[in-house]
Amino acid sequence: MHRIYLDNNATTPVLPEVLEAMRPYFGERFGNASSIHHHGQETRAAVERARDSVASLLGCRGAEIVFTSGGTEADNLAIAGLTAAGDHIITSSIEHHAVLHSCKHMEEMGCEVTFVPVDGRGLVDPGDVRRALRPNTKLISIMMANNETGVLQPVEEIGKIAAEADLYFHTDAVQAAGKVTIDVKRIACDALSISGHKLHAPQGVGALYVRRGTHLQPLFYGGRHERSRRAGTENVPGIVALGKAAELAMQGFERSDDKSMSDLRDRLQRGILAQVEETGVNGDGAPRVPNTTNIYFDHIEGEAMVISLDLKGLAVSTGAACSSGAIEPSHVLMAMGLRADRARASIRFSLGKQNTAEDIDFALALVPETVARLRELSPVYKRQPVSY
Amino acid sequence: MPNPKTIAVAMSGGVDSSAVAAMLRAEGHNIIGLTMQLWNQRRLAGHEGMPERVTGRCCSLDDVYDARRVAEHIGIPYYVVNHEERFERDVVRPFVAEYLSGRTPIPCSLCNNHLKFDQLLVVARQIGADCVATGHYARVEYDDACGRWLLKRPADRSKDQTYFLFGLTQDQLSRTLFPLGGMTKPEVRGLARQHGLALAEKPDSQEICFVPGGDYKRFIDAYLAERGESLPDTAGELVTTSGEVIGEHRGIHNFTIGQRKGLGVATGSPLYVIQISGADKQVIVGGDEHLYSRTLRARRVNLISVDDVREPMRISVKIRHRHEPAPAMLEKVAADEVLVTFDEPQRAITPGQAAAFYDGDIVVGGAWIA
Repeated sequence: MHRIYLDNNATTPVLPEVLEAMRPYFGERFGNASSIHHHGQETRAAVERARDSVASLLGCRGAEIVFTSGGTEADNLAIAGLTAAGDHIITSSIEHHAVLHSCKHMEEMGCEVTFVPVDGRGLVDPGDVRRALRPNTKLISIMMANNETGVLQPVEEIGKIAAEADLYFHTDAVQAAGKVTIDVKRIACDALSISGHKLHAPQGVGALYVRRGTHLQPLFYGGRHERSRRAGTENVPGIVALGKAAELAMQGFERSDDKSMSDLRDRLQRGILAQVEETGVNGDGAPRVPNTTNIYFDHIEGEAMVISLDLKGLAVSTGAACSSGAIEPSHVLMAMGLRADRARASIRFSLGKQNTAEDIDFALALVPETVARLRELSPVYKRQPVSY
Repeated sequence: MPNPKTIAVAMSGGVDSSAVAAMLRAEGHNIIGLTMQLWNQRRLAGHEGMPERVTGRCCSLDDVYDARRVAEHIGIPYYVVNHEERFERDVVRPFVAEYLSGRTPIPCSLCNNHLKFDQLLVVARQIGADCVATGHYARVEYDDACGRWLLKRPADRSKDQTYFLFGLTQDQLSRTLFPLGGMTKPEVRGLARQHGLALAEKPDSQEICFVPGGDYKRFIDAYLAERGESLPDTAGELVTTSGEVIGEHRGIHNFTIGQRKGLGVATGSPLYVIQISGADKQVIVGGDEHLYSRTLRARRVNLISVDDVREPMRISVKIRHRHEPAPAMLEKVAADEVLVTFDEPQRAITPGQAAAFYDGDIVVGGAWIA
């Protein structure tokens, strides 16, 4: 079956150049980067080159990069590593579960947590963050780009608030890295999380930027890897891949006329809105990353839509999958004030570097007819008497 | 295969539905595996009286894992669909409300009527499936003579599930397949082994799927506590059939008709719950002989093999899952109410349970005992 993948906010395919870069580290270059002999030196050099590439992507020094197993570990390390019992944390209601559940865990450990709301466009109001400050506030953690809507948060303004109040600012930039330029100095953050597999590196690698001089309590105890901030033998192939993916992302940004991603996304969005009635964009009116559009299709079940499209070869997503794989209504869309039925009727389309104009045409041919069929069969449209 | 169909198979992670998926796939149909996520076992875990850890069978991650493995093994697409809200509204809340008003509910029938053969059929149609197949032991066939879809008892009488399926409409039956209707359980296990399914020897599930350990009283307590609702005070008197008050009880939901244990009174001869009166919170107790009755009234009638009961009909009636159908006359006494008069008095006719009507192997229909 011809399959088109428009769920790149879930994960991205590893780009061929990235796969090539990491391939030797599965085979002949197998050394432990902590070993003193030739084999160790070879992989150590590769890890440090990758560290510099990631640092360039984020506008920081190599020494400020801690490699992790992924975005979730980076978020956990930042939140648990910068706070302790008695501290107050400010975060938002639309964070990824890696941040939300880390904050809830810290709440159980004796921290206080404020979850600031978002407006109808999915934007955090920096004023709300400022008003939430308390004498014991230690950390603000607000994401850079939302995974479901792609909405970019006002992190630079929040960074100023944190700097003025002299507290830590962490931002989960997992959905921003590779899609928009990131400069940790402009954001004025103390910690920033990224994940490899969201920018065409493989699953199982990520990084946390930690500003120089920031005392971070580690999550793991063991060897003195990553300057004692993350014990455990490095995932060398993954780290090399993340470095290569960072280089490729930067090359994309350097072509200042490169708007191909947002052009494709806009074409998809325009096409759907033009062809299908009773639709709209969640997060409309807010700045967004160029690859994401989240569209509601009133009177359908997003779940049936995702299954129907998958059976025809188009991969998209809705809400968040729970442990069984069933779909739960999105906490992000609910926090934006959407009615539960509209939240359930919302579909996320997210593009990657591999997507082409033909992929968008495929989606535009499939989505309207699928929505039409679902609406025709919708119990909401055709209310049937309930029989016992 | 001349006419391959697209069939959605309701997969529970058990042997029966897994065998159905494997069998239909081998026949050359396009199969889509679906599991309904109905209840979150974590919700009540750790509440007063409930297990700390998740132990119930319903929608457990282990069952979803098993279903997914089967789907991978036989090479079909597989999805979990979330119907938790609907299940709570249409099955769990009525289940709790029935107990609190002194009746003994059957959640499985409610689930079949509102979820498995309603919501799931909608999803199946939406995703392009012609029909839904399940692992129920029952048979469905179209009868040209009467122009109706018929529901029939299965070959394996010990697994007969028609009692829980009496509420199916003609439309639902027309789009439902019960491929195990002609097979025995050992044959189904053999089929599962033949298809190389690792779960061929998995034990059958017995209890109400969302009530861990079958202790419905603890479930009701924990559910209401989680919802922030208090258990209504339905404590009252224990009264004999002759009207004598012989004690008190802590709430009518602790009793079912025919119950002997846990009455809290000691008398010379064995006492049973004869009747539960929700209005005055009385539990009426008496000797075994008082448990027998020749008639019952039932409402919310669904008819399958006939479109109406115009004249009294000779049928047999099953009043609980493990009950041999008993000969009786069926009469319509109001627009949506029937009277069943048994040839022989029946023991412990229980309000809230279903009465399923049979004509030999054919399910005539059924209704809820008032």
